[in-house]
Amino acid sequence: MAFWFRGMTCENVTLKGDKGTPITAYVAKPTGVSGKVPGVVLVHHLPGWDDYYMEMTRRFAHAGYYAICHNLYEREGGQNNPDDVAAKVRADGGIADAQMVGDTAAAVAWMRAQPECNGKIGIIGTCSGGRHAYIYACQKKDVDACADLWGGRVVMAKETLNAKTPVAPIDMTKDLSCPLLGLFGNDDRAPSPEEVNQHEAELKKLGKNYEFHRYDGAGHGFFYWHRPLYREEQAMDGWNKVWAFFGKHLAK
Amino acid sequence: MCTSIVEIAEAEGMAKRGDEWFPLSQAVVAYDHARHVSAGDVITLDFFNTSLGADARAAVEITLESAKALRAALDRAIAAAEYEEAEVRGKGAPALARAA
Repeated sequence: MAFWFRGMTCENVTLKGDKGTPITAYVAKPTGVSGKVPGVVLVHHLPGWDDYYMEMTRRFAHAGYYAICHNLYEREGGQNNPDDVAAKVRADGGIADAQMVGDTAAAVAWMRAQPECNGKIGIIGTCSGGRHAYIYACQKKDVDACADLWGGRVVMAKETLNAKTPVAPIDMTKDLSCPLLGLFGNDDRAPSPEEVNQHEAELKKLGKNYEFHRYDGAGHGFFYWHRPLYREEQAMDGWNKVWAFFGKHLAK
Repeated sequence: MCTSIVEIAEAEGMAKRGDEWFPLSQAVVAYDHARHVSAGDVITLDFFNTSLGADARAAVEITLESAKALRAALDRAIAAAEYEEAEVRGKGAPALARAA
């Protein structure tokens, strides 16, 4: 990254989410950039549409990407404290995968409609957002690169499937429509290293374009600088992997 | 939700948020990512009234060890309460098994 500090503009926009339901999205647009820039859709994690994700959205703008992060939990509380909203979502058994795909499609479409976007769009998520990003990249064909950061429950036992999560993401792998980056901590339990191995074996078997990076000394959420899960060395290397991956696949 | 460890019970009672008490509808016990305790995963206890909106919530995050101690304390209190209840109602109290 160059040693200067790019400006950006940030605002909230309203999207027509799944089934036409209005949902809010936070967008960060880099300023002072000549020409068009790639877009990135951020799929927030289990703790919700929170400070961390707003900051991560701005981080992408700082790096020269037009970034959008939509609120998947809008229906459960909209403007309430993300902590309370996420607790309600947890009590409700999470959100439906199909609804997430509908909401995320709206964010992708919004980005694609922006005149400043170069037409290349990446999707990224951490934790449940990593799982969601992967599902999206398997079910839709309108993103050009997908980054799944320690997404749990990609591998699911049959007895854990339900109406909200009817298909295990690993069983969608044949439909993965773009290159995939995966970052995982070897001390994580969700996903465990064994589950990551299973996922990788499926990708390899189906000849998918992917790269997985596993980190010793890191568990779940090792990018989260505000939590004891943070691992400086692994996080910095992981961010470099993200920049290299999106730089390669979203340039035009 | 990455752990999928969530247990839900109906709850009848009241809980406090700020200066206000609200009626409860359910209690949710989960083992999931900590958001406030300086730890990876924790037991979370959420007391809700789902009909009053997302902020009708009284919540705690505690370590697994604290949760075990709380469970033991609840067991002792419930055993003693059931003994009292039986006495009050004159139905004959069962022998009270006291935890060590």
